[in-house]
Amino acid sequence: MKTCLVVDDSSVVRKIARRILEGLAFTVIEAEDGAKAVEACKVAMPDAVLLDWNMPVMDGFEFLIELRRMPGGDVPKVVFCTTENGIDHISRALNAGANEYIMKPFDKDIVAAKFQEVGLLALDVPTEA
Amino acid sequence: MTPPDYEYLRKLLKDHSGLDLSADKQYLIESRLLPLARKCGLSGIPDLVTKVRGGSSSHIAQVVEAMTTNETFFFRDKVPFDHFRDTMMPEILKARAARRSVRIWCAAGSTGQEPYSLAMCLKEMSTALAGWRVEIVATDLSQEVLEKSKAGIYSQFEVQRGLPIQMLVKYFKQSGEFWQVNPELRAMVQHRQLNLLHDFSQLGAFDIIFCRNVLIYFDQDTKINIFNRLARLVEADGFLVLGAAETVVGLTDTFKPVPERRGLYRPNAARAAAAGAVMPRVAAAAAGR
Repeated sequence: MKTCLVVDDSSVVRKIARRILEGLAFTVIEAEDGAKAVEACKVAMPDAVLLDWNMPVMDGFEFLIELRRMPGGDVPKVVFCTTENGIDHISRALNAGANEYIMKPFDKDIVAAKFQEVGLLALDVPTEA
Repeated sequence: MTPPDYEYLRKLLKDHSGLDLSADKQYLIESRLLPLARKCGLSGIPDLVTKVRGGSSSHIAQVVEAMTTNETFFFRDKVPFDHFRDTMMPEILKARAARRSVRIWCAAGSTGQEPYSLAMCLKEMSTALAGWRVEIVATDLSQEVLEKSKAGIYSQFEVQRGLPIQMLVKYFKQSGEFWQVNPELRAMVQHRQLNLLHDFSQLGAFDIIFCRNVLIYFDQDTKINIFNRLARLVEADGFLVLGAAETVVGLTDTFKPVPERRGLYRPNAARAAAAGAVMPRVAAAAAGR
């Protein structure tokens, strides 16, 4: 089973994300800010990180920079999931090594589509109209 | 909805669009027509049916539109676009090297996600296509849907379903909560209103036809009729792409499946020659190419 680290300072968002990701057969680990996420990655690198941008202590962007410098930190697929929906933020995230980007609000379809996009999920059976 | 109303709408939709609803699709009609009734300022579906029965052509048109508009998203099903990039275009690039033009038809272009997905694929191979004339014709039954496609404006929700973020950054311009396809991409797509039940030979010949997730709504005879007419429009070495739940097998031998390329078909050369089906490139000649 693949693991996904959910990093968000809102416990409500973490709970929603957990439900969606468990539905997609991921084991979910939670962190409430970037610093706690770094600690979690030192214990074990996850396969995926669903990452909020604005958080206290260490924000998502700082975490991403830190992660990509860690040994094995190039492995996890990082999918931002944030209300920061401006093209400038998206470009910064991609340049810093993010793999995908979700603009909140999000739902299961969007998470599944983005996770498929970066190869974390097998393709669905094609949808019927 | 009363059974007579349902039967009435079924027949109306069949006559106007070829949409062939089975007897158990009340829920579909209700879910699509209730929002329409509200939009028209009516109290509910019974009032809407009354208007339609009364012969109100604007209400009839709106009912047909509401029922035939299908959900779509960028790079829907993904695989057909992989086939487009890895199988169809490499062949077309070779076969049309002298002519340096490619014509593609999205026969159920809907709100534009499919034609713009193809336009993005083509942009990604722009080095190979330098100096080529590239044409994407998007048709749909619904004028309202075509207007949306032409504008190329999508909600944040729509651009997150199927569209890789790099493509969004590269080919869209943000405007508040909405994202618009950039002008260069929009210029690659021509829009025309078209009912597949009617003659479409005036569109001219195509190298590739995408006709996905629309034929499933038609009855068998209508499907066969459309396949035969599509066969006259696709170049002898061209391609037809159908939706995941669709096939020509058991319906017609004018097309044959491409082995190991699900959803992909080619004109059946033997059959086409017998029927004299290969069309000259009428539109291309008319356009002075």
